[in-house]
Amino acid sequence: MIEKVIFYVFAAILLLAATLVITARNPVHSALSLVLAFFTSSALWLLAEAEFLGIALVLVYVGAVMVLFLFVVMMLDINVSVLREGFARYLPLGALVGVVMVLQMLLVLGSAEVDLASLTATAADAGAAETNNIRMLGNVLYTVYVYPFELAAIVLLLAIIAAIMLTHRRRGGTKHQDISAQVRTRKEDRLRMVRMPTDRNNDS
Amino acid sequence: MNALVELAWIVTKIVALVVPLFLAVAYMTYAERKVISAMQLRRGPNRVGWHGLLQPIADALKLLMKEVVLPQNANRFLFVLAPMLSIMPALAAWAVLPVGDGLVIADINAGLLYVLAMASLGVYGIILAGWASNSKYALLGALRAGAQVVSYEIAMGFALVGVLMAAGSLNMGDIIRAQEGPIWNWFWLPLLPLFVVYWISGVAETNRLPFDVAEGESEIVAGFHVEYSGMAFAIFFLAEYANMILISGLAAIMFLGGWYSPFHGLPLLGPLFDWVPGMVWFFLKVCLFLFLYIWFRATFPRYRYDQIMRLGWKVLIPVTVVWLIVVAGLILGEVGPWF
Repeated sequence: MIEKVIFYVFAAILLLAATLVITARNPVHSALSLVLAFFTSSALWLLAEAEFLGIALVLVYVGAVMVLFLFVVMMLDINVSVLREGFARYLPLGALVGVVMVLQMLLVLGSAEVDLASLTATAADAGAAETNNIRMLGNVLYTVYVYPFELAAIVLLLAIIAAIMLTHRRRGGTKHQDISAQVRTRKEDRLRMVRMPTDRNNDS
Repeated sequence: MNALVELAWIVTKIVALVVPLFLAVAYMTYAERKVISAMQLRRGPNRVGWHGLLQPIADALKLLMKEVVLPQNANRFLFVLAPMLSIMPALAAWAVLPVGDGLVIADINAGLLYVLAMASLGVYGIILAGWASNSKYALLGALRAGAQVVSYEIAMGFALVGVLMAAGSLNMGDIIRAQEGPIWNWFWLPLLPLFVVYWISGVAETNRLPFDVAEGESEIVAGFHVEYSGMAFAIFFLAEYANMILISGLAAIMFLGGWYSPFHGLPLLGPLFDWVPGMVWFFLKVCLFLFLYIWFRATFPRYRYDQIMRLGWKVLIPVTVVWLIVVAGLILGEVGPWF
């Protein structure tokens, strides 16, 4: 009973936040609404006892991705009214994407392989024996799905390297600090002792 | 009825944790001023109360009385929200920290992940404060803080991965129980490089000296909270110190065996210290780390910004990656008393 009330409260907040993302006038407010949406959906996942997924969502999306997002949004001078133009023009495309997404979800949920009732039953069975869903996830991820998992890791690594290479294009005329050269310097390279004739008049 | 009793019990536990925490924050400021003044051959606060012991309370009263100034072109809503966003995660993370054997508000399986998630939320308060103030210095401070916290979080996360590999659990209580034994059984020894990395990133994460470029009094006035006054400023202050205590508490749990005494299980010394409650040992360990914080502040000059980034990405992260492999080897080889 209480769980249901909590679910509906969080679901309402989630929907509100999601609407605010696209209706807010200030882009920073939009980004913050997105943060709120992530946070409430992670709360919903926690309610469904998927604690690993819920916390990972907060850790990855709220804690890292959205911070960088906010960073960029804060630095840019975005004129929202320009962004809002062409709402009608993009509406059909957006609607199409939405429909495809709903269809995909229906296909997954409605297919014979995924039987919701049996899924919840097995989850409950597994939950009775093993309440730690991080361990369950790890067991599946590193046995049954180990190759797809490793492949995904390699794809991510490639993406990291590509992104770093893109930012490392050298422009001419930039100053660059070579730490090892700085560490290797000796006194003789930098320091020159000069013997100056002293000013006799001030000696007195 | 049962649910009500349970709720009341949870609220009692929260109050029992948060009130001492706030007291600790207040006296942490006093300790900081006293210790630094001793290191600099001064006397520190010594007018209010015996040896200045009432100074934090006087400071709190002063800040309460002051007006909270709202800058003219500030974003009001976010300006007021930012301090709350910075104190909330610092307190929420304490829910899973066991202060003694079984003395924990929420004994959850994903405790370590939860703490990391909460620690990563703290940066929002800083970024929003900087942006909402509509001030150049504040924005610069916020950007610096954001980049720094996001970078050091990675090193910190990797260091904690080592801990969870060694303990084989994400549950805080289980992590401590995996370190049962005298001082050389604790994880600081097999995970020494990770311990050092964790501690450095912990200092950077809380924006404390020598990594306090977010505030940098000498360059950007006071960074992200330059526009804040009165209680709003006090809340940022509270959040910073609560975060310091949190990072210290985590260090005590992950690497220094939480509530275990350093002589636990030794033939003669062990029973001698059996009467000391685990909470006292935890408290002492936290104090050790808090002292380190203060010591760092009195000792090291501020890092240059690009050097902070270099240290985080090019030194700390590779060290953790290498040591994770070493830890995996140690676990496979079942080395020593630890694995």
